[in-house]
Amino acid sequence: MADPMKIRATLQGDIADVRILMRHPMETGTRKTASGLVPMHFIQSVIVQHNGKTVLDAQWSQAVSRDPLLGLRVKGAKIGDKITVTWTDNKNDKRTDEVAVMAGT
Amino acid sequence: MNRQRRTFLQFTSSAATMFVAAAAGLLKTGAVWAAPWNKTAFEAKASAEAMKGLGAGNLIESKDIIITAPDIAENGAVVQVAITSRIPNTQIIAIIVEKNPFPLAASFDIMPGSESYVLTRLKIGQTTDVRVIVKADGKFHTAAKEVKVTVGGCG
Repeated sequence: MADPMKIRATLQGDIADVRILMRHPMETGTRKTASGLVPMHFIQSVIVQHNGKTVLDAQWSQAVSRDPLLGLRVKGAKIGDKITVTWTDNKNDKRTDEVAVMAGT
Repeated sequence: MNRQRRTFLQFTSSAATMFVAAAAGLLKTGAVWAAPWNKTAFEAKASAEAMKGLGAGNLIESKDIIITAPDIAENGAVVQVAITSRIPNTQIIAIIVEKNPFPLAASFDIMPGSESYVLTRLKIGQTTDVRVIVKADGKFHTAAKEVKVTVGGCG
């Protein structure tokens, strides 16, 4: 099981500023170690939902940095709304985490 | 110049182009729940092929795409890039790092519940243009920003 994501969703007006930090090696398949090439291993898809409705559907390549960061702004959000994030990698590992929208500063 | 290598490259790129053309009709990313991973576009080794894979043609240069990225990246392994599209009805934001081995880095399907803004961090192998393609109302808009890389982020 993959490590949990860190998700922060803060409300600014009626927009939720969402920052997601995923834990993933994001191997390109070209990195060499003493035992040879490290096989490709990267997140291919990230889906962000707001109260169950998809708001962002991302497709990624191996060029996204290790431990990826994703930021987006969700419209029409309220405190307590649920932000759900699911990623799937090229080995079909998946991880879903959820947070509630918090008040911004 | 190494002639054999030239011929080989020519051959493989023309074969890849044909493959892209054949697959383009099959791999349309739509507003389905999870868009299928666009293998053709992501495995393209040149940015022109990646654009074809995305179905992007007749690109319109746009000042309404704002790319926030450093002018100089000391560490190419982690380059933070933010994109805001002021084009109405933005459906897709795609990021192409022109000189990366696989130029298409990411493609975001923007649904009506999200602002046309994304932020992420990319690996950039060498000094290159970071090109953004925005699909809005069926048209493709583009903008680019050069990022100078001191230490490469690939390999």
